[in-house]
Amino acid sequence: MSRTPHEAEGARPQTLAEKVWNAHVVRTGGQQPDLLYIDLHLLHEVTSPQAFDGLRQAGRKVRRTDLTIATEDHNTPTDNLFTIADPTSRKQIETLRANCEEFGVRIHSLGDANQGVVHVVGPQLGLTQPGMTVVCGDSHTSTHGAFGSIAFGIGTSEVEHVLATQTLPQAKPKYMAVTVNGSLPEGVSAKDLILKIISITGTGGGKGHIVEYRGQAIEELSMEGRMTICNMSIEWGAKAGMIAADEKTFAYVKGRPHAPKGEDWDAAVEYWKTLKTDEGAVFDKEIVIDAASLSPFVTWGTNPGQGVELSGRVPDPAAFEDPIERTTAASALEYMGLEAGTPMREIGVDVVFLGSCTNGRIEDLRTAAEVIKGRKVADGVNMMVVPGSAKVREQAMEEGLDKVFIEAGADWRFAGCSMCLGMNPDQLTPGQRAASTSNRNFEGRQGKGGRTHLVSPAVAAATAVTGRLAGPADL
Amino acid sequence: MDKFTTHTGRVAPLRRSNVDTDQIIPAVYLKRVTKTGFEDALFAEWREDEKFLLNQDEYKAATILVAGTEFGTGSSREHAVWALKDYGFKAVIAPRYGDIFRGNSLKNGLLTVELPEAAVEELWRLAETTPEAEVTVDLVACEVRAGDRTWAFEFDEFLRWRMMEGLDDVALTLRDEDKIAAFESNRDAWRPRTLPAEV
Repeated sequence: MSRTPHEAEGARPQTLAEKVWNAHVVRTGGQQPDLLYIDLHLLHEVTSPQAFDGLRQAGRKVRRTDLTIATEDHNTPTDNLFTIADPTSRKQIETLRANCEEFGVRIHSLGDANQGVVHVVGPQLGLTQPGMTVVCGDSHTSTHGAFGSIAFGIGTSEVEHVLATQTLPQAKPKYMAVTVNGSLPEGVSAKDLILKIISITGTGGGKGHIVEYRGQAIEELSMEGRMTICNMSIEWGAKAGMIAADEKTFAYVKGRPHAPKGEDWDAAVEYWKTLKTDEGAVFDKEIVIDAASLSPFVTWGTNPGQGVELSGRVPDPAAFEDPIERTTAASALEYMGLEAGTPMREIGVDVVFLGSCTNGRIEDLRTAAEVIKGRKVADGVNMMVVPGSAKVREQAMEEGLDKVFIEAGADWRFAGCSMCLGMNPDQLTPGQRAASTSNRNFEGRQGKGGRTHLVSPAVAAATAVTGRLAGPADL
Repeated sequence: MDKFTTHTGRVAPLRRSNVDTDQIIPAVYLKRVTKTGFEDALFAEWREDEKFLLNQDEYKAATILVAGTEFGTGSSREHAVWALKDYGFKAVIAPRYGDIFRGNSLKNGLLTVELPEAAVEELWRLAETTPEAEVTVDLVACEVRAGDRTWAFEFDEFLRWRMMEGLDDVALTLRDEDKIAAFESNRDAWRPRTLPAEV
């Protein structure tokens, strides 16, 4: 059986990631990188058209349409379901639909109950399960690692490669552990934790590594929280992020449309339970964090590693020892229009964005709704709520969350990537400042000249109420 | 894919680190369904500033981009590589890259070389003081040469071969089609399938 080639007695203890990697090796050895089998390939409109073109030119088919699924998310409107105003956006979506039709790929289009951000849709359908390899032409594919899978973003050439062969050549990674001991204090979320981790490691700290997050605080997170953590692994340069599957994972998967059923379920769970890092397994690198010391965390700069406690201040670039960090910080403050020493809580915002593959799941909407319930969005602030998928939107409406947001004065939208990357019309205007639950505060990411502070859903909601960066405790 | 063996050209000294792929090509330019035509989108926002490097006459003919560390982090968009190529860059030199960007570059014949920060600093100074200076990026010898200076770089032997031969990954993999089929015949039956669709 291919899945446990190293199970022989006396075999060296292995990490979770090594086990999953080894179970997917189609070819190894020699000068070439390992050839990995891919269990699930997710597609969307932006990074796939040139890949389908490549197949057509070479006269190739999609090898496994039954391991491939597409949805529309990056370019879709969130103010209505059917009119894509920009002709180039419309063309891209029409191209995806035509390609899926031609090659026999399942697609969830605008208006379909399972349309939405690709990384929300996979888990929601039960297609993301433990011990898999999952890829997508999107760097936030790392999200699916929350189920104990190896999941990573790929480029369009690789999308074509997976469509044609259902495999990917991959150089062997290194393995890292991030152990978070203790419990997160009340009011501190998965988003705060991952922003803190990135501030420690910097944007390149995880390069070349598959990271396993573990420890009490990780075990105590919900699946949604674990997805938030793994989602942002790419923001510190990691190849992928993973969390070992446990009873919470099994409970999340069970009963979903594509979850194994009956005897298959039992066989799957039996296997999934073996997917843990062995006692004595050695990581190439290890980081240990004390959860009890954490508090709400936000960014001040133009990369996700430039963050500070909400209770802190905008740092002084002169205080950075490394000359490159110093110049980067100085140019970030200039772009962000911030003065060193300003308390983070005094920074006023124009826009609050709640959504994305990082924080657009039902639990995120619940958390924000709980904070904002019975309160009002501050004058002059535009709060946009964009559920991660049509299904999340539907569930939120069943729970009455839409009414909570609408009564507070927020804008309740349809599902999509929206302002996370500003590819559709949901964009900041030059100089506008946003508190955003998304994953990237890069220059211009949410709209040309826009300024982004990455925050948790609870901080986003509290910020909407006060008009300045704030946590629920400030209300 | 175009073969890459060696290239000699002028350097554009981009004194910035953490140049993410959103800076290389903003999302609004990702809507094309072709692999070409992205030259205007390269560094689109920075190019609006007339003082930006690529708007200076002395760097307009540059074919080698030398940048600070963590070049190409962030989004997986291969459009970043297409934009660099369409603009006319043949090679990039930086201390370190985002993994996905690096992989994408080598699949499109854009050579991305890693040199230490001190070497990058020397190349920046050279291009700033002598913009017409020619620099050679030699994949055969795994060297970057400028005047009497030579820096060796490391490069994965397989990737180097593939780049020098201009080989297509799909064709290489399909040589092992029998191994893929054998693997598939051993997969657990309970592994999820997208078809038939369950919702």
